[in-house]
Amino acid sequence: MAESVNIVAFFILAVFIVIGAIGMLCTKNIIHSGFWLLEVSVVAAAIYYLLGADYIALVQLLVYAGAVSVIIIFSIMITLRRREDATRSRDFSPLALVVAIMFCALTIAVICILPTGNILMPDSAPDFMTFSLKLFSPDGWALPFELASVVLTVALVGAVWWSRKENK
Amino acid sequence: MSPIINAVIPFLAALGLLLFNGVVMIWMLRKVLGFLHLRLGPMVQGPHGVFQTLFDVLKLLSKEDITPRKVDKVLFFLAPAIVFVPSLMAYMIIPFSETWVVADLDLGLLFVFAIMSLIPLGILAAGWSSNNKWSLIGAMRVIGAQITYEVPMLLAAIPIVIMAGSMNMGDIVDAQSQIWFIIHVPAFLLFFIAGLIESGQTPFDLIEAESELVSGYATEYSAMKFGLLFLSEFSNTFIFSALLVTLFFGGWHGGFGIVPAPVVFMLKTYIGIFIIMTIRGTMPRVRVDNLLAIGWKFLLPASLVVIILTAAIIKVFPVFSGGAL
Repeated sequence: MAESVNIVAFFILAVFIVIGAIGMLCTKNIIHSGFWLLEVSVVAAAIYYLLGADYIALVQLLVYAGAVSVIIIFSIMITLRRREDATRSRDFSPLALVVAIMFCALTIAVICILPTGNILMPDSAPDFMTFSLKLFSPDGWALPFELASVVLTVALVGAVWWSRKENK
Repeated sequence: MSPIINAVIPFLAALGLLLFNGVVMIWMLRKVLGFLHLRLGPMVQGPHGVFQTLFDVLKLLSKEDITPRKVDKVLFFLAPAIVFVPSLMAYMIIPFSETWVVADLDLGLLFVFAIMSLIPLGILAAGWSSNNKWSLIGAMRVIGAQITYEVPMLLAAIPIVIMAGSMNMGDIVDAQSQIWFIIHVPAFLLFFIAGLIESGQTPFDLIEAESELVSGYATEYSAMKFGLLFLSEFSNTFIFSALLVTLFFGGWHGGFGIVPAPVVFMLKTYIGIFIIMTIRGTMPRVRVDNLLAIGWKFLLPASLVVIILTAAIIKVFPVFSGGAL
């Protein structure tokens, strides 16, 4: 019973996420694109939740839906000089089509390379405690985690420096 | 009972509580502000005007729902829902007593912050779709303030999580059975200031500063759409006060075994709301640039320092931790 409900819920969410992605690409209004992106990230959080990864789901909601979407929409609004600039005609670029086809081919190739048959999967995603112990124990992933944060800090400082120079 | 009914009843109860709170808090706000201004407030409908808000709700429901011609129709229609639904969902994890909680999540505290972080997006949608400069400026102010203060608010709650050793709201309250976490005064002050801004209360109510921006992002809204935006704001204040009670004032503890736990919890929450309303009635508004400067230059570093100090003190003197660390 529970499994069939999960599958039904998954397909509902999958339909929503696909609609969101298509909507984001197809809408003429760039602000609407931003809100479609928000919809996609909220539904992605819901899918994580469905898989039992509640910590990742909440972080997805907090960071991607709550912060990144806001910043994307906010920066779109700041850079629009006039309100009418938000709507623009759909421009079809052949180059984008090539990139899309390449990405699609890559994805299919990866799926084909994957071993078929029974892939060992855990019953549920590890809970929050296991996750954090793994992440922050000295013999775990503490060092890569800190390195990643250093890289992000460098990127942040670089971005600030870059924008400063442009303003002068 | 079937599982579906079991799942739906607490949800409806939360919705009912939200609506009830909205009605009571609007009346209370008018009374408290009246008291502070040496006036009576609403007095005509019922004893001391207690039925005033009910009539206001009826008025809002029966008003014409105006959609201005040049608005962005879809977003204009969706925005009140995007604002309202997170407010409602945040009610799910408020622990009224040991058993009275709709969803007892392990990550309850994170859930509140995650779900409440969607509210600015609704406000942004409302402000942009209204096609009105006041609305847009109001919405931009919200985003500026809420992005700034979301981080310190979350960080200010972390010392409490360290002390309780859990993010489950029930466990946090349980950890306070001996001593309330208000002993951690710096964390409380940081959380209180950041929370006042997050819930859009004076002295930080720039988002809809009546004297400057008509009514901010809600300017073009009428009838029950406006009602929803308004209701969500009051419900956010309630949630903020409930969070304060849960994190710092011992939740349902303190009834001496005589007063039932939910009553204790509601009483404490309403005392918190009263204090917030008193601040609203007495403090002048903060300027936008000051607001952002306080957030980035003071609250954020201060909350980081508080986290480090708390962790160090807990490590050295484990007596202060309520949970099993």
